[in-house]
Amino acid sequence: MLFKKRFKKDHQNNLEIRISEDERHLVGDLINQLREVLLSTSAEGSVEASIRRLFPTAYNDDAKEDAEYQRLMRDQLLEQRLQQLDVVEDTLKAEVLNDEQTTSWLTVINDLRLVLGTKLDVSENDNFSPGDPDNPENQSFAVYHYLGYLQGEFVEALSK
Amino acid sequence: MGDFESMPVIVDEPISEIEVGSDVPWVVLVWNDPINLMSYVSYVLQKLFGYSPEKANELMLDVHHKGRAAVSNGTREKAELDVFRLHGYGLWATMQKDS
Repeated sequence: MLFKKRFKKDHQNNLEIRISEDERHLVGDLINQLREVLLSTSAEGSVEASIRRLFPTAYNDDAKEDAEYQRLMRDQLLEQRLQQLDVVEDTLKAEVLNDEQTTSWLTVINDLRLVLGTKLDVSENDNFSPGDPDNPENQSFAVYHYLGYLQGEFVEALSK
Repeated sequence: MGDFESMPVIVDEPISEIEVGSDVPWVVLVWNDPINLMSYVSYVLQKLFGYSPEKANELMLDVHHKGRAAVSNGTREKAELDVFRLHGYGLWATMQKDS
């Protein structure tokens, strides 16, 4: 193994997390941005395009049923996501995560990938070649790419 | 790959035992999307539905290659709850009447 594992389950099934200060700082920045977008979402109104993937359609073939589902569930889903952001914020500097905190990290990292991926209009075959160095989206692609690695490491540790 | 022989095997239950008076069973589908990691989808299916790693992997590969997979079924209430839990994990899930 070239790199030391950065996530590791311990004997109590807690997750040891060894990521750098810079990474924790970046995650902190990103969750603040996500919280802002989530809070601008109203229960009745339409969902902003970039977070559409966080509130998917439940009934593909029945718009009326779906509207009812969204009316009942969207607030709960929003509340759950905001709560998980708080948990990650509170444990940004933690070295060990319990079960609930681990779930929050996992879903929040995934939420961030969904929002960034939607904004960048990521498709199945994107391979993130550096391309034009002046492309203003390069930084977002780098962050999206980084979160993918982080998520992969995270899931690998949990799947052990 | 892991040693499949030693892994627990989930036996598929009958798709739908229709109880007297129950309405048509519902099926929950997960759809392919280009963002969610394959390992993540497989992990979530194990965690939410208690599937073995190989069953979850099989469903995940169906999602990836066929565009969607049926991951659970049951009453409408159960299907709605499953969809909600999957949405909580950021998976693209929908429900429809089993046909």
